[in-house]
Amino acid sequence: MSQALLPTLLNLLLRAFVVLLLPPLIPGIITKIKAWMAGRSGPPVLQLYYDLAKLAQKQAVFSRTTTWVFLAGPVGTVAALLVASLLVPLGHTAPLLAFEGDVILFAYLLGLGRFLTVLSALDTGSAFEGMGAAREVSFSALAEPALFFGFAALARATGSLSLTPMLQSHGMWTAGHLSGPLMLILAGWGIVFLAENSRIPVDDPNTHLELTMIHEVMVLDHSGRPLALILYGASLKLVVLGALLVDPLLPVLSKGWLNGLAFLGGLGLLAVVVGVVESTTARFRMNKVPQFLVAGVLASAFAFLLLLV
Amino acid sequence: MRLYLLSLLLAACSGIPGLFLRRRGAEVSAGLMTASALLGLGAAVGVLAGGPVPSLRLPALALGSPSLLILDAVAAWFLIPVLLLAACGAWYGVRYWEEAHGHPRWVRLVFGGLTAALVLLVAAAHTWLFLLAWEAMAIGAFLLVLTEDRLAETRRAAWIYLVSTHTGTLCLFGAFALLAGVVGTWDLGALPRGFAASRLGTQTFLLFMVGFGLKAGVMPLHIWLPPAHAAAPSHVSSLMSGVLIKMGILGMVRLITWTPDPPLWWGALFLGLGGVSGILGVAFALGQHDLKRLLAYHSIENIGIILLGLGLGLVGKSTGQPALEALGFAGALLHVLNHSLFKGLLFLAGGSVVHATGTRNLEHLGGLAKTMPWTSGAFLAGSWAICGLPPLNGFVSEWFIYLGSFRAMAGARWPWSVGVLAALALIGALALACFAKAYGTVFLGTPRTPAAAAAHEAPRTMLLPMAVLAGACGLIGVFPMAIAPALDRAIAGLGEGLPASSKLAHLPLVTVLALTLALLALGLTRWVRAGRRSEPVPPKLPTWDCGYAEALPRAQYTASSFAEGLVTGASWVLFPKVHGPQVQGPFPEPTRFESHVPDPVLDRALEPAFRLGARGLALLHFFQTGQLPIYLLYVLLTLLFLLIWMVV
Repeated sequence: MSQALLPTLLNLLLRAFVVLLLPPLIPGIITKIKAWMAGRSGPPVLQLYYDLAKLAQKQAVFSRTTTWVFLAGPVGTVAALLVASLLVPLGHTAPLLAFEGDVILFAYLLGLGRFLTVLSALDTGSAFEGMGAAREVSFSALAEPALFFGFAALARATGSLSLTPMLQSHGMWTAGHLSGPLMLILAGWGIVFLAENSRIPVDDPNTHLELTMIHEVMVLDHSGRPLALILYGASLKLVVLGALLVDPLLPVLSKGWLNGLAFLGGLGLLAVVVGVVESTTARFRMNKVPQFLVAGVLASAFAFLLLLV
Repeated sequence: MRLYLLSLLLAACSGIPGLFLRRRGAEVSAGLMTASALLGLGAAVGVLAGGPVPSLRLPALALGSPSLLILDAVAAWFLIPVLLLAACGAWYGVRYWEEAHGHPRWVRLVFGGLTAALVLLVAAAHTWLFLLAWEAMAIGAFLLVLTEDRLAETRRAAWIYLVSTHTGTLCLFGAFALLAGVVGTWDLGALPRGFAASRLGTQTFLLFMVGFGLKAGVMPLHIWLPPAHAAAPSHVSSLMSGVLIKMGILGMVRLITWTPDPPLWWGALFLGLGGVSGILGVAFALGQHDLKRLLAYHSIENIGIILLGLGLGLVGKSTGQPALEALGFAGALLHVLNHSLFKGLLFLAGGSVVHATGTRNLEHLGGLAKTMPWTSGAFLAGSWAICGLPPLNGFVSEWFIYLGSFRAMAGARWPWSVGVLAALALIGALALACFAKAYGTVFLGTPRTPAAAAAHEAPRTMLLPMAVLAGACGLIGVFPMAIAPALDRAIAGLGEGLPASSKLAHLPLVTVLALTLALLALGLTRWVRAGRRSEPVPPKLPTWDCGYAEALPRAQYTASSFAEGLVTGASWVLFPKVHGPQVQGPFPEPTRFESHVPDPVLDRALEPAFRLGARGLALLHFFQTGQLPIYLLYVLLTLLFLLIWMVV
């Protein structure tokens, strides 16, 4: 009994740590890498934790145009992401919840978050936030098929419709006929990851000009605790979507806690890669973004085609 | 059967007392409709709970077949939305369509008649009765679309509807006649094996598809749908979009029930039509500025989703995969019910907006969430559900169809269902964009016109029906396993030995996750609000507009600008008409921008074709002299020709 209980408990602890405490670290690592690449020392890695602590004590200011929908954006996004995080496997650790078709629930929970964020942006009545909202829904219409083609390819390769077996299937990377499709899927999902998390080359989280923003411009009017939720939600999204990219690449280790460590290491590595990508590429012009996303769709669609033969 | 017949009678008569009563006629008719709904729902629930299947049969073979009506599980399943939406619509109409709008008594009378025709149609087991009810439904809907006949736009919409529905009926006459030739009776029942694959079977199938497809609004045949839904009073639009177009689906479902061995290409045709209707329906919805036209195009999209489900089920039936069959059919039938609920809700909420502001144009609205909070909530619930977002009902039915297509694809038997998957994902993302646009432009931000600023909340008799429909959406979304047994009974007739849908999808986990989501949202809301209470509330300030003093309502993003990126991206299929601003010189004149997406079939193909045809037919004026002797000569010549033809 106790032998079965301990790993479960450890697993739960790992999950709570990864979902609740770890996320703000990831943007910190990315920022640090970018600063190093540019020869600066940059803000501390834990900067986002300080920001969140500060915002949680600050008073929120509400525009007189807004209604309750304005709050539904941050609250709904974080709630949807937390539920979605229950469905994602963290490396090769035991899953918390896995059932047939949870991939679709996962994707639609992300959609729910997007819907509410967009509505809360439109609630301010500002032209800038409307612009960001319009861009967000347009680009995600292209990101969605890329995500689903990837799911389809993995479902076909593993014969399962659940995220956990899809992402944890052993030895996919080494089996010769599967490594090609897997690379394509990861390429497609990498593009989705960058777009959904509003990173360069799709969007620049640090830009100072509202006209060029996508995600950041939608949350211009949020302050105080709602803003804290938005920042935490954005970092949680990095982790949740990052798990999709990291999981298939991890080796299967003998011990549960080693697998957990491997996942954390993979996530850190992903943050480093994102930092390097952000430092070495320029941002696309807005009208180039759809082409980039279509490349993602094509990559994962090709992965599926490869699996047919 | 007694409950059902009583319900039918009450629905048919619900408008009659109102003709004679001087006051409260509307309430009386709504009360009668409610009684009819309760009785009919009782009958339907009894059947779906596993009770005996009531039927009405003639004692003798007077009409070529003894059976007249049968309330089987499929009929009961379709009866539920009919009666629910009719009762909600009747109460909604009490205050929505008053004396000032014109002919309220006649609207109620015909509304009752239309409901009765629908009730009769779902349970018809005799070809003649089916066609009779079909025609009564078509005429009733025509009269209701024509309610505001003083507007030229309405007359045109009603005319287009009449022509399309009769074209469809003509095809149905042909198809049923062919069927009767094969079966030998006018009974609607099982077809012999091998018929579906025969040449005659193909012809019958195609005729049925045109007839039922015209009613359902499948993409190339959808021409009547957007204008008619926009022109009709909103509670009628709600009934039409929620139920009437589903009668086309009912016909297709019946056809699947009768056919034991559909060829694979039937399923492929369903999938193709479903994909086209789904994707193009939502793409055209994105380009609309008329709230009700936008909703009408979404009906086409949802019919597409239903067809995708039916198509997957048919593929499963042809290739012998009962699990795929069950998932496809269950998804399709559940989406029939779900779409009635949320689209009925959306049309009612949209109608309240039209009622309060007098305009259907999205660009003239805005900021209604403050003046009409309940209507705004209802529209949001409907939008949430129609985008298929958890935890409302739209998600559950789409989930079934997703599961079916995943299963077909992973099972290595039919990998092409990945197309269904991609289509559904694209439809979902575009629907989200479209409803963010609709809800955002109408309810959020600040009012764009004085009419929108002067809006008022709808009266209670209009809010209550919306609350009922929204509640139903929530119940099915959070507790889908509650209706799973009824759904299984409804799909049992569509194939042989279908597994229970609750065994194929983990419905209780949906409940668990939905409740988790709600709890988390509640907790986070409390946390966010607690931060506000600790200090004095700061004064309400205008939206920060990046340096400008205060944003003008006109500077807000409009519906056109919100959809501009997607509409331009899809211009190779939408062909938007854009009147761009001409800005010249250092001090340009005031200018305006307009973009408009006309219907591809009606405005771009059929109207020019008919105009050309009319011009061609004008050449025949040569023969039309208006003189009797000449006409007699024609008769003589024709007779001579016939005589010679018959002799030789």
